[in-house]
Amino acid sequence: MKSLKRHWPALALLSPSLIVLAVFVYGFIGTNIQISLTDEQGLNADSNFIGFDNYLALLDDPRFHIDVWNTGVFSVAFIGVSLFLGLGLAILLDQKMKAEGFFRSIYLLPMAVSFIVTGVVWRWLMNPAEGSRMSGLNLLFDTLGLDFLVNQWHLTPTWGMLAIALPAVWQMSGYTMALFLAGLRSVPDEVKEAARMDGASELAIYWRIILPMIRPVALSAVVILGHISLKVFDLIIAIAGKQLALDVPAIYMWQTTFDAYNFARGATLATYILISVAVFVIPYLYFTTRKDKV
Amino acid sequence: MSLEMVRERKKPVTPALVVGKTIQYGLLFFFLAFFLIPIYVVLVTSLKPLDQVSLQRMWEFLAAIDIANYLLAWEKLGLYIGNSFLLVIPGALLAALLGSLNGYVLSKWKFRGSDLIFTLILFGMFIPYQAILIPLVQTVRELGLYGGIPGLILVHVIYGLPIMTLIFRNYYLAVPDELVEAALMDGSGIFKTYWQIIFPISIPAFIVGIIWEFTSIWNDFLFAVVLTGPDSWPVTVALNNIAGSQIVQWNVQMAAAVLASLPTIIVYIFLGKYFLRGMLAGSLKG
Repeated sequence: MKSLKRHWPALALLSPSLIVLAVFVYGFIGTNIQISLTDEQGLNADSNFIGFDNYLALLDDPRFHIDVWNTGVFSVAFIGVSLFLGLGLAILLDQKMKAEGFFRSIYLLPMAVSFIVTGVVWRWLMNPAEGSRMSGLNLLFDTLGLDFLVNQWHLTPTWGMLAIALPAVWQMSGYTMALFLAGLRSVPDEVKEAARMDGASELAIYWRIILPMIRPVALSAVVILGHISLKVFDLIIAIAGKQLALDVPAIYMWQTTFDAYNFARGATLATYILISVAVFVIPYLYFTTRKDKV
Repeated sequence: MSLEMVRERKKPVTPALVVGKTIQYGLLFFFLAFFLIPIYVVLVTSLKPLDQVSLQRMWEFLAAIDIANYLLAWEKLGLYIGNSFLLVIPGALLAALLGSLNGYVLSKWKFRGSDLIFTLILFGMFIPYQAILIPLVQTVRELGLYGGIPGLILVHVIYGLPIMTLIFRNYYLAVPDELVEAALMDGSGIFKTYWQIIFPISIPAFIVGIIWEFTSIWNDFLFAVVLTGPDSWPVTVALNNIAGSQIVQWNVQMAAAVLASLPTIIVYIFLGKYFLRGMLAGSLKG
């Protein structure tokens, strides 16, 4: 299928999608960056080019410092625990367990619901009230004699984002498990058998042989979890509304743009989010698609 | 249970093996509880009458089933669930259809640069939507589609294209080229070949794609909250507002959460296999 004549109908079929994506993805990213280099406020039409002033101003903005800290805490906890749990559960289910399908479908169930639903439900579970108004998980811990687990959840100073990471882990660790399980299943049985013949322990087989083989899966998981955590938004809104202690760039961007009409600052925050995602997604896409060239 | 397993593998039953299996099942059940506790609390709370939902009694089992909460929740949410269906059905069908055409071209009609184009399309799947939100709102306004469902459908179809293209392209890579070539020999054009040869064998990919889009459009909050108004809110936005208000009781809120997630959960329960396939496609490993 190499003749030039044949390419035109193919391009014609593809072009509506291409044009739309060129405008709505690349064009809009360009426009957004353009806005971020001005002092545009939503309602007045004329704006001036001011270079990177917005970017520098945010670096001195205490609210942005909170955002960076919160995103960091959330990302490390969410990605770390999801990976650990996902891999652990996948290895566990890979031990020829009975009713594997049942466990797997329950672990994955949270993926079917929205972050809003998850947030609404966990808000009820992570009720920070104390004393006689104690409720939710705190009440359960207290009743079970696990008092040391009773805590303030998202109201905990500095580390409140850890309480937001918990429902996120609840929602996404089953998915991470599914990714790892698919990876584990792609390792041929002969590999394991050969290692067993050589007298390797089960632990050593996983650690030395299988895990290195499924490293690409781990990379996919980090990219997917990472890009979720850098733009986390609806989960926080549903659990805690908009409060400064739990602020993240996506919420700041939303408020400053659509509540305060500071389009320029909103666009700048958006560009920061984009850069943070792009630095690992672009190399990932480049290497993945290059490798699977057929 | 564990003993049978051991026999199957023809290994001697040692105490260490039995202990090992017991620990493994113990862990599986522990995490079962972790995933089920929130679901238990939602269901139980949503079925309790108001006088039993005090904070202190939330872990108690049901004394009696009361569906009044669901009737109240439906009153508050019914309209928006309807909106979500009006949004999701055309959105998912259109995105899958266009994705199928793109996937067909990018797998069976490769041209110089088509792999690069594919990568450029895929990038759209990973962008944080904040990065296009401001120009998007301005454009949707200029198109006169701001504040309504059609505008939101358009936006979901466009940003669904990358993942749909990926799912269908990977599916078609496994279809033999000879099938397409034979049709071309017979004088069919590119579109006729698609329609007569490729489309009829695409049903599994369509199920995967439509389920993916159904779930992600149904669960979307960001586009919905920015692009729709009170009459056209989909269910996520409405649910968030109900939950945010102090007036609505917890049991009604939980019933609302159940109603809001029922459609996607039903899809998951009955079509879980396809649901999973779509999710795995999201990791580029189709």
